[in-house]
Amino acid sequence: MNQPADFELDEGVLRFSGELTLACIGDLPQRLAALGEVPGRIDLEGVDRMDTVGAWLVHRIARENHIQVVGADDDVCQLIEQIGEADKPLKIRPDSSPPFLRVLREIGEGTDAAWRSLTGLVGFFGATLIGVWGLIAHPGRFRFNAMARQFEVVGVKALGIIGLMSFLIGIVIAQQGAVQLRQFGAEVFAVNLIGRITLRELGVLMTAIMVAGRSGSAFAAQLGSMKLAEEIDAMRTIGVSPMEALILPRVIATVVLMPLLGFYAAVIAIIGGGIFCWIDLDIPPITFIQRIQEVVPITDLWVGLIKAPVFGMLIALCGCYQGMQVEGNAEEVGLRTTASVVQAIFLVIVLDAVFAVFFSSIGWL
Amino acid sequence: MARLNIAEGETIIHVAGLRNAFGDQVVHDGLDLDVKRGEIIGVVGGSGTGKSVLMRSIIGLQMPVAGEVEVFGEPMIGRDEHEAKQVRKRWGVLFQGGALFSTLTVAENVQVPLREYYPQLDAALLDEIAAYKVAMSGLPPDAGPKYPSELSGGMRKRAGLARALALDPQLLFLDEPTAGLDPIGAAAFDTLIRSLQRTLGLTVFLITHDLDTLYAICDRVAVLADKRVIAVGTIPELLALDHVWIQEYFNGPRGRVAADAAERAGAAAKVKADLAQSGDDRG
Repeated sequence: MNQPADFELDEGVLRFSGELTLACIGDLPQRLAALGEVPGRIDLEGVDRMDTVGAWLVHRIARENHIQVVGADDDVCQLIEQIGEADKPLKIRPDSSPPFLRVLREIGEGTDAAWRSLTGLVGFFGATLIGVWGLIAHPGRFRFNAMARQFEVVGVKALGIIGLMSFLIGIVIAQQGAVQLRQFGAEVFAVNLIGRITLRELGVLMTAIMVAGRSGSAFAAQLGSMKLAEEIDAMRTIGVSPMEALILPRVIATVVLMPLLGFYAAVIAIIGGGIFCWIDLDIPPITFIQRIQEVVPITDLWVGLIKAPVFGMLIALCGCYQGMQVEGNAEEVGLRTTASVVQAIFLVIVLDAVFAVFFSSIGWL
Repeated sequence: MARLNIAEGETIIHVAGLRNAFGDQVVHDGLDLDVKRGEIIGVVGGSGTGKSVLMRSIIGLQMPVAGEVEVFGEPMIGRDEHEAKQVRKRWGVLFQGGALFSTLTVAENVQVPLREYYPQLDAALLDEIAAYKVAMSGLPPDAGPKYPSELSGGMRKRAGLARALALDPQLLFLDEPTAGLDPIGAAAFDTLIRSLQRTLGLTVFLITHDLDTLYAICDRVAVLADKRVIAVGTIPELLALDHVWIQEYFNGPRGRVAADAAERAGAAAKVKADLAQSGDDRG
């Protein structure tokens, strides 16, 4: 039954035969295109079956050469007629431009996007501060439940992974430090290294990276999907402020939790380093703790704890801001989520450098 | 020349003893339905009676707990991927929201099934096919390079229909095609489906809440209630049945308006035909 589509040119008459359908068409279009001669008539007598693709091919030849189609029954005539009606010039692709201009335009658009993203973030920070002020003015509007939920998601559920990460980092610092310092016979100073670097830098920094990857991305994806599903518009029309209901609980939770998580990470890293020192360097835990107290100035703790909420603020702002910028399609949610993590980690590291210079210059060495 | 091998009355979709359940919630229990070749069957039912779930079971997106589903005489349950693909290319599906691929343009969306199943087609022919499919489904000429997010709901449905028709399927599944369209657009959509069904010899499985669509284009209507198909037949046949839901559905205020409209349209067509007839006589 499924006889492949075929044609022959016989004294100016183009005779089609077989099934003129998409499934049976094979290389017919190419062969038709290679046909040098202009037929005078198209004969469909031998065609068993025809679908719109077959009708289109017949219609195209008939139109290009202004020739008649014969041997078609009513249904086929109607089909070809219908296809003829649908034969309108239609743009398939957006207009393309020369590569050089395209590169220029992409650079321009990238710069513009980066600038707008930065100003947008500053604007969003302002809006958040206004939102906080609104809460201070009307404490009744504070959404305790939403924030408790965020405390759980951002903080409690992150304890495991951040603990494990910090423990391993503590061990790595101790091990690497001991190997290097042993060359000078000074491996006992590994304790200084562990205590100072975890409390001052790594505890908070690694926690910030982990929170950005865990929670910042989640904020962007959640808010982005809600934006797509018009949930945020629905909230606004009901009179619920998305700032108060969605953004502030997330921002406040992250700001409050970052110092706690950072401190927790530092403590676990010190424990990890301590265990390594006990096993590898034969420094008993009691001595280790005593040494830590002696060599780590209290300002190191303050440095870490001051940086942490700022980093938390940045991470939450980037996540929520990018989430609220989602428009259009599902791909955008993915792009914005990635952007939120990249932006957050980048800004955290930039600010960390600024803090390092600042604390050195005020004498907290 | 026999264009279509229509054996009228041949069963295209055969569903027997279908049972679907989500956890404890049973959606279908002992559901039977046969769809004949070349007909437009409308599926109606209250919200939550599992109209979409029925469609998803037939097209293999929902694994039924029990029962058999055959499409084109081929069992659909437990088939391997390759065999299922051969059946899948013979049908087209229009999902409720259009379900266009959001990262592709309308024209590219239409080309996706063509590229997937017929990689040997050259790019120029693909573009031409996409162009006439888009035009046939009633979209304006500038719609081709647009992305789904730039289209209105009605245009998305039309683009979805263009994609469903891309492979020239013999069987078309439509999930609420006219929901959310304005009355003019909905009527045009009905006409479009009807004329496509006639010229292409399509079988159409149509889920709808739109009474006008039911009256205008459906050959038969299947009513879903009590977890099964309680009745299948033409609208007059259904009206003769003594079932509370059916009576309320078709004889409610909206049902009567739709019936009147269909009657008027029928009468107008008859008058037109009579006039043409008398014109011919005089000529």
